[in-house]
Amino acid sequence: MVHMCTVVPISLTIGANRIIPAIGIPYPLGDPNLGEKKSKKLRRQLVDRALSALQTEVDGQTVFEK
Amino acid sequence: MEKIKVVHYINQFFANIGGEEKADIEPEVREGIVGPGLALQSGLGDDYEVVATVICGDTYFGGHIEDAKKTILDMIRPYKPDLFVAGPAFNAGRYGVACGTIAKAVEDELNIPVVTGMYPENPGVDMFKKDLHIIQTAISAADMRKAMPKICKLAKKMINKEEILSPVEEGYIERGIRVNYFNERRGSERAVDLILKKIAGEPYETEYPMPVFDRVAPNPAIKDLSKIKLAVVTSGGIVPQGNPDRIESSSATKYGIYDITGMDSLTKDKFMTVHGGYDRAFVLENPNLVVPLDILREIEKEGIIGELANYFVTTTGTGTSVGNAKGFGEEFSKKLVEDGVGAVILTST
Repeated sequence: MVHMCTVVPISLTIGANRIIPAIGIPYPLGDPNLGEKKSKKLRRQLVDRALSALQTEVDGQTVFEK
Repeated sequence: MEKIKVVHYINQFFANIGGEEKADIEPEVREGIVGPGLALQSGLGDDYEVVATVICGDTYFGGHIEDAKKTILDMIRPYKPDLFVAGPAFNAGRYGVACGTIAKAVEDELNIPVVTGMYPENPGVDMFKKDLHIIQTAISAADMRKAMPKICKLAKKMINKEEILSPVEEGYIERGIRVNYFNERRGSERAVDLILKKIAGEPYETEYPMPVFDRVAPNPAIKDLSKIKLAVVTSGGIVPQGNPDRIESSSATKYGIYDITGMDSLTKDKFMTVHGGYDRAFVLENPNLVVPLDILREIEKEGIIGELANYFVTTTGTGTSVGNAKGFGEEFSKKLVEDGVGAVILTST
C-alpha cells in the first residue's frame, strides 16, 4: 500500500509506510491552476512515483519526495 | 428504609475455592458476601446490602460464554438487585473478560447500574470500555484496598443518579466519550498556557488526547508490477453522482465500492465528491484529482501494471472515527485479497 496525501505529518502519525506527498488538499493528484494538460502530467508523475515506491524495499516509514 | 440490593460477581480464586485447578467450576450463587464482598459491603455502607455473590470459574466462563451468561443472569434475577458489581479483575485476562461480559449482560437485561474494575492492559478493557464503567486498578490484587473504594464511590453516584465526571476525576478507564462543557477560559488562552508549559518542560495535560494508532510492518517491495492487480482506495469522498449509498460528508459510518469497468477516466457527469472537509470545486470539475483513473488506464495499457481492479473503494475521511475507519479497512481488505488485488494506492485529501 502506498499513501498519497498532502498532509504528510498525518500520514506519518497514522502509520503509513510508503508515503507520496501530494499537491494540495482540494487537489491531491494534479494542480488545476496549471491548466488541464500540465495538471494531468503532474498526476502521471505522482502515480509513477507511487508505483516506484511500491517496488522499493523500506524498513520503516518512508516519504518518497522524489 | 429498605436497603439497596447489590449482587457481586467473583471468580473461583477470589471465592477461595482454588486457583487454576478449580478454574473450570460451573456458576454457583451464595447468599451474602464472599471474599472481596467484604470490602464491597464496607465501602458501600449501611444503606446497601450485598445480598448475593455469584461465583464462576474463569476457564468455565471462557469456554461456555453464552451458557454461563444465561445461567448467571438467571441466578441474579430472583434477587432483584439495584446494583451489580463484578470483580475487580486486575490483570487476570479471562476473569476480566468474564466480568465485562456479565456486567454488560446485566446492564442490558436488568437495566441497573453496573461497575467493574480492571488493569488497563486486561483484554476485558478493550472489549468493554465503551459499554461499561471500568475502574482502573493496579496490576494485582494487592490493589484491592484502593480499588474497591473507587468502585463503591462510582456505584453510589450511579445509584444516586449524580453526574458521573470525567475518567480522571472518577478513576474509570476512558470510554471514548466526549462531553461538551463550558470552560471559563477560552481555548486560545488555554492553548498558549499548554505550549508555555511544554516549552518550560513542565507537566501538562492535553485537552484532546490523540487516539493510539497501531503500527504495521511494511510489506516487501513488489517484484513484478506487470503481473499485479492494482486497486484504488480513497478517503476523498468520491461517489457516483447522487451518492447512492448516502455516504456521510463527514464522520462516515460507511464506505462504498463503485464500478469503473470500461471507463477511461472518472468523469464529472458520473462522479462527484461528498467530502465536507475541503473545497470541492476542483474535484467536482475533475474527480481524477482524487481517484486517478485516467492515468491508471494509461499505465494499464502500457503494461506497467497487470491490471486495474474494476472498482474503487471510497469513504469520507473527515471526522471519521478511527474505530469506524479500522472496521471499513478490515472489511474491504478481505474483498481486495479475495479479488486478487496485490497493491493498493490510497489517496487522501
